[in-house]
Amino acid sequence: MVAKTQEPFFQGSTGKNSRGVLRIVILCLIAGAAIASRLFSVIRFESIIHEFDPWFNFRATKYLVSHGFYDFWDWFDDRTWHPLGRVTGGTLYPGLMVTSGVIYHALRALTIPVDIRNICVLLAPAFSGLTAFATYLFTNEMSTSPSAGLLAAIFMGIAPGYISRSVAGSYDNEAIAIFLLVFTFYLWIKAIKLGSAFWGALCALFYGYMVSAWGGYVFITNLIPLHVFVLVCMGRFSPRVYVSYCTWYALGTLASMQIPFVGFLPIRSSEHMSALGVFGLLQLVGFVEFVRSGVPSKQFATLLKGFVLAVFAISFGGLVLLTVSGVIAPWTGRFYSLWDTGYAKIHIPIIASVSEHQPTAWPAYFFDLNLLIWLFPAGVYLCFLKLADEQVFVVVYAILASYFSGVMVRLMLTLTPIVCVAAALVLSNILDTYLTFKSPGESTQATATEGATNGATKKAAKQEELRSMRQPLIGIYAAFSKISVVTAMTTYLLIFVLHCTWVTSNAYSSPSVVLASRMPDGSQHIIDDYREAYQWLRQNTKEDAKIMSWWDYGYQIGGMADRPTLVDNNTWNNTHIATVGKAMSSREEVSYPIMRQHEVDYVLVVFGGLLGYSGDDINKFLWMVRIAEGIWPDEVKERNFFTERGEYRVDEGATQTMKDSLMYKMSYYNYNSLFPPGQAQDRVRNVKMPEVGPVLNTVEEAFTSENWIIRIYKVKDLDNVGRDHASAASFDRGNKKKKTTKKRGPKVLRVE
Amino acid sequence: MAPKKNAAAAAPVAPPTTQIPSTTTTIPSSTPVKIPSRPSSQNQSPQEVAIGIWQNYLDKTPQRTKLIDVFMSFLVVVGVLQFVYCILAGNYPFNAFLSGFSATVGQFVLTASLRIQTNEDNKAEFNSVSPERAFADYVFGSLILHFFCVNFIN
Repeated sequence: MVAKTQEPFFQGSTGKNSRGVLRIVILCLIAGAAIASRLFSVIRFESIIHEFDPWFNFRATKYLVSHGFYDFWDWFDDRTWHPLGRVTGGTLYPGLMVTSGVIYHALRALTIPVDIRNICVLLAPAFSGLTAFATYLFTNEMSTSPSAGLLAAIFMGIAPGYISRSVAGSYDNEAIAIFLLVFTFYLWIKAIKLGSAFWGALCALFYGYMVSAWGGYVFITNLIPLHVFVLVCMGRFSPRVYVSYCTWYALGTLASMQIPFVGFLPIRSSEHMSALGVFGLLQLVGFVEFVRSGVPSKQFATLLKGFVLAVFAISFGGLVLLTVSGVIAPWTGRFYSLWDTGYAKIHIPIIASVSEHQPTAWPAYFFDLNLLIWLFPAGVYLCFLKLADEQVFVVVYAILASYFSGVMVRLMLTLTPIVCVAAALVLSNILDTYLTFKSPGESTQATATEGATNGATKKAAKQEELRSMRQPLIGIYAAFSKISVVTAMTTYLLIFVLHCTWVTSNAYSSPSVVLASRMPDGSQHIIDDYREAYQWLRQNTKEDAKIMSWWDYGYQIGGMADRPTLVDNNTWNNTHIATVGKAMSSREEVSYPIMRQHEVDYVLVVFGGLLGYSGDDINKFLWMVRIAEGIWPDEVKERNFFTERGEYRVDEGATQTMKDSLMYKMSYYNYNSLFPPGQAQDRVRNVKMPEVGPVLNTVEEAFTSENWIIRIYKVKDLDNVGRDHASAASFDRGNKKKKTTKKRGPKVLRVE
Repeated sequence: MAPKKNAAAAAPVAPPTTQIPSTTTTIPSSTPVKIPSRPSSQNQSPQEVAIGIWQNYLDKTPQRTKLIDVFMSFLVVVGVLQFVYCILAGNYPFNAFLSGFSATVGQFVLTASLRIQTNEDNKAEFNSVSPERAFADYVFGSLILHFFCVNFIN
């Protein structure tokens, strides 16, 4: 490796100050680019919250802003999980809401009253600017090259892998979590380089902030101990490692335990045991190092080493024993499924049902990271060449994050920072090598050889000793090769910018609340059924009317329609979700008592058959069946929803169970009336619907949105005269046979 | 005599290969102290080794570091007492136990860090941390620690 640390530009003629100014200007421009590239959706559509999860965060933030911090901390939300409610203060990560609450009040104090919604929408872009800056700092710790940090900052600013989770309107935990992740790592590297307790404490504070913001803090909790463990195994234990890690662990663990949702987990769960184990190991190693410094005997030193290994093995065994005996909670399903990738699909269908929890395909890497992904391995290789403590961190992070991103699409997000850093290290190395105008002269080579041959002075002796380590002087001499390589790299970088902008604009900037389509003349046509239906619910139903829907829409109903729901996206009670799944997938006679028991007033289904909107409830229906089957295996059977030949059909050939299920009936109720007779067509499944549509007895249609995407049904009250709904409905339809049969049915004894 | 010679020969060679400065400074100073005790028995009994370490410690440690060590051993005693009480009486207010216990552990660790940073032998490791800076860091860390503990004990 050629050590080219001097700045290619602005050397000599202009001073350090102008370089500093340039640096600040570049960083500001990067922050501007990071923010601007996230605003596509706000400019194209409007400033609203996207997706599903952010709606809850938004609702919680509104609660925080209007009720104050203490009420928010003890908030018992009785408008979700209807009969149960949710202790919100103890089941969320409050960092995101508190951050935007603080910003809100700070802006008020500056007499800039901004609506809380706008703060929530624009929080992610603002923090992406900070992320770029944190990446700059982090990379500067890795490399002496002046350009590496700036390159990493711009990569991080516009890489689609990060943009995908942080466009304007995506008010999710990741919005601030990635900034905190990178900044915590920066502080950690700083701490371990300097061996300073101050930086360790700062790292612990930001780690605490990270814990309050995102469940992904477990990644940090395992990565930092792994880094330290690798350092110890490499024989790189030093007092600096001890100081920084122990400060971080002691303070960081206490900080993380302040969050009610985390509570005692750092002591009790397996995910945090590596940090505790490494903490214990460092105490041992530190103690042994201390004793060894006072003991001359070599045998004794080896004895101590054996002692360390023995204690480590024993405590590891104890940890395993405690986990097996149940004192320490085993891995939660969500984390366990990262190791055993088939686990979720078999045991916890609700984890497998989320599309983000699928393995990543190869094109996704290129799509999200473009040229960075093929510079990434080279960057890791460069770190191997100069293996100081911080480079070990990059290597460990890279390996761990690449594995996790391969297992789960969603974890591409934690891979992106390290890819940006590694790619920036490579690129800066290339540019530093090829961008020097001055060719490496003969004179330096001459002095080097001269010094080596003379061998009389002490310096020469040292060089003599390191002869094997000395490298021949490598350099680029020809201007042509310099220019061509630099041109190629610049072209790649420009293409990278184009790619990022294109991906952001086309793939990641659509609010899932409004669906955009194009008219034949190219003008935009907005399909706004979601908000139409939610607004209808908000205006035309009682304040406490309970809405039953599949859990995907729970947060949106709570946020936009402001009505209590049975289940929502926080899937903490699997049985309750299975109850809804059972109600949706059973016959009406079975579902109706379930809905009565849960005081359901309205049922909401999403149906995309008319428009060709594929994310509708019929396509999600099998997951409802599966989740319900997990709890009631003899009442709901997935097999019954398939035809004899194992097909999942909704047309004429659908099974009777399918046709009888509440979901099917509600989706296709009255659908035939839209078409000429016999020509009803489902545009998602691409099948012709049967001639006669389903009949609903226990619910009645209350609202159907313009494009039939959202259909809302009102649950009927009990019959006045005590008949069951089926016979009451058939009586109303006049299905009663004209000729009454005299024959009496079998009577049963009347019991008072 | 042979093993001693080996050890003595190994000592000068060791510093260039292992670049830990602490060993380079301690080994020359410790060998004269240890030489009288070693020829007495070729393989020392653990007791002798322990006494040797203790003597070595008393001789070489500055007064301030000893003070730190006394504080650390006090913390260990407090921590052990708390733990024993937790075992005896049960851990019902678990947060109270945790905050008390982790206060001692955290303070021990912070004090150990201070001890390491102010140690003369480690000067090369911490070239950016002066003893005063180390003490200020120590105060900063302890303040945070105690804030969290007081907050957590309810």
